[in-house]
Amino acid sequence: MTRAPWFWAVGALRRVVGIGALLALAAFILGPLATLLVWAFAGTWLFPNLVPDFSLKWWVYVLSNADVGKSIRMSFLSAPTATLISAVICIPAAYAFARLEFPGRRVLLLSFLSANAFPKIGLYVSIATLFYRLDLMDTFAGVVLIQIVNTLLFMIWIPTGTFRGINVNLEEAARDAGAGPLRTFFQITLPIALPGLIVAALFAFIAAFDEAQGSLIVGTPNHITMPVMMYALVLGYPQPVGAVFSVLLSLPSVILLLLAQRYLRAGYLAAGYSL
Amino acid sequence: MPRLVLEHLTKRFGTQAAVYDVTLDVRDGELMCLLGPSGCGKTTTLRMIGGFTAPDSGDIQIDGRSVAAVPPERRPTAMVFQRYNLWPHMTVEQNVSFGLRIRRIARPEIERKVQEVLALVGLPQASRKFPHQLSGGEQQRVAVARALILEPQILLLDEPFSNLDARLRVRMREEVKQLQRAIGITTVFVTHDQEEALTIADRIAVMHQGVLQQVDTPTALYAYPRTLFVADFIGTMNLIAARTHAEPGGASLTAGPWNLAVPDRTWPDGSDATIAVRPEDLFVAPDGVVVEVRRVVNLGHYLQVLLQCPEVGELRMFTEKGAALSEGQRVHVRFARALAFHGSDLAEIGGPMRPTVASPADRR
Repeated sequence: MTRAPWFWAVGALRRVVGIGALLALAAFILGPLATLLVWAFAGTWLFPNLVPDFSLKWWVYVLSNADVGKSIRMSFLSAPTATLISAVICIPAAYAFARLEFPGRRVLLLSFLSANAFPKIGLYVSIATLFYRLDLMDTFAGVVLIQIVNTLLFMIWIPTGTFRGINVNLEEAARDAGAGPLRTFFQITLPIALPGLIVAALFAFIAAFDEAQGSLIVGTPNHITMPVMMYALVLGYPQPVGAVFSVLLSLPSVILLLLAQRYLRAGYLAAGYSL
Repeated sequence: MPRLVLEHLTKRFGTQAAVYDVTLDVRDGELMCLLGPSGCGKTTTLRMIGGFTAPDSGDIQIDGRSVAAVPPERRPTAMVFQRYNLWPHMTVEQNVSFGLRIRRIARPEIERKVQEVLALVGLPQASRKFPHQLSGGEQQRVAVARALILEPQILLLDEPFSNLDARLRVRMREEVKQLQRAIGITTVFVTHDQEEALTIADRIAVMHQGVLQQVDTPTALYAYPRTLFVADFIGTMNLIAARTHAEPGGASLTAGPWNLAVPDRTWPDGSDATIAVRPEDLFVAPDGVVVEVRRVVNLGHYLQVLLQCPEVGELRMFTEKGAALSEGQRVHVRFARALAFHGSDLAEIGGPMRPTVASPADRR
């Protein structure tokens, strides 16, 4: 153990240092978001002015743009679809990972990390060549598939940890009372696991919603999602347009996080990351 | 006809036999305890009866019908687990009625039965509570209620009270015993606590390293342990290493100053044997062997005396609390009764047991 620095012994100083660190951290995290918000509601913001003049004109501009509307629709269709399909595939798989001992269990579980372990752009290019042959380029299904790749890690690891945290006795007691394996899963295991599964679905949704690189490659030119649209807006429009769109882009994540915050306890998150 | 029959039941985990060749009959209405130290295979045996673990070989019969291939949901057994019994997302009522709802029994009938069984376990007011609002003891009572409402042929209890504090544990086992008597349900109870086993069981099956050692009533188990393990495990026992001598018409054993005749046994000269003596079977007698009193512990209604015996080591003696013994004193002691273990053979030496000075459950 290292000795605490001398000033640590002084109570007041320790408090000041603590609060200072907290404020610095808050500024670091919230500062860019605050700037973004200011930009989004700014008409013009030129040098000597500390505060810009308030205006909603960029909102009107963005929301009346047909391409933007299309990308919002695309995102709100594709991300929930990807999350749902991912859940249907991954939750049973996670249950198997949690409950069954089979050869290669650890390796398989680790393999779901592989999509996140390498530079994704290479992966997407090779997926794109595959999609050309399967006629999945520039299709809704192609975009959803790409988004699913990004959800796998969350949808496998967090539910595996959650299922693992549920004592087998609870399931055995249900079998004992006369429930078959399926009824036991749906009436006992699933409800108990629900908070963990909600957290997993939340992360998966955000990962799918946020996906830009792969969707850009697979979805152009007709299946543009919001993050892909962002590239175009940032490159080709005045700064407030990008800010407005950023706010739009982060709204679903913020709303979902607020709705699900009671499930976002450390236990569920930590449970996901143990082999 | 016995209710439950285990025939040559064997279960291996890897190469290790967790349960080896266990054959056991449990009679109708009997409370059978599976007793042994942790890892002796008692829980594995219970789980095989409940259908949660498949035996490698052997058979399980309930009412003469083999259930070895029947999944737990279709066995006429109900289990109360050690921990994590209740489903946390359901109220007590939902927990208890789960099995009946599966069986599609009419709603009023279910409600009546739930009230009945909750009253039986002494929790008539708890039906709307959630498990986390109950104490540990109450939770286990609900677990018992949930098992009983299924009206099983056999009730299985896997160390159900081991997570409760000592006082509550004693009360709960009295309650379970009374309940079991009242409804006359055949019960298999797993415990590592011999006091628990001796106080509630009709018969006890002692297991050690997967092997069934002895099945007997608590009294018989205490008085006539048939293996050295049971002799050592149940109650307190002085075990003394001895040597055999062939004699005309029998054998004799020597251990330090002790010399005991074992009639009717033809044991080879000079082989190893073990003498087992209960502490209450040691008594002070003028013609006994000289030992030194090391420590006298007053345990309330009796004294526990540690004796140092030359060439043998420490011996434990229980005696009446009025006995005038002081530390450092030399006394002469004798055995009223002893058991001699020679290989798999067993001989009783001396007369019937002296009246016990303490209930067996107190000696641990």
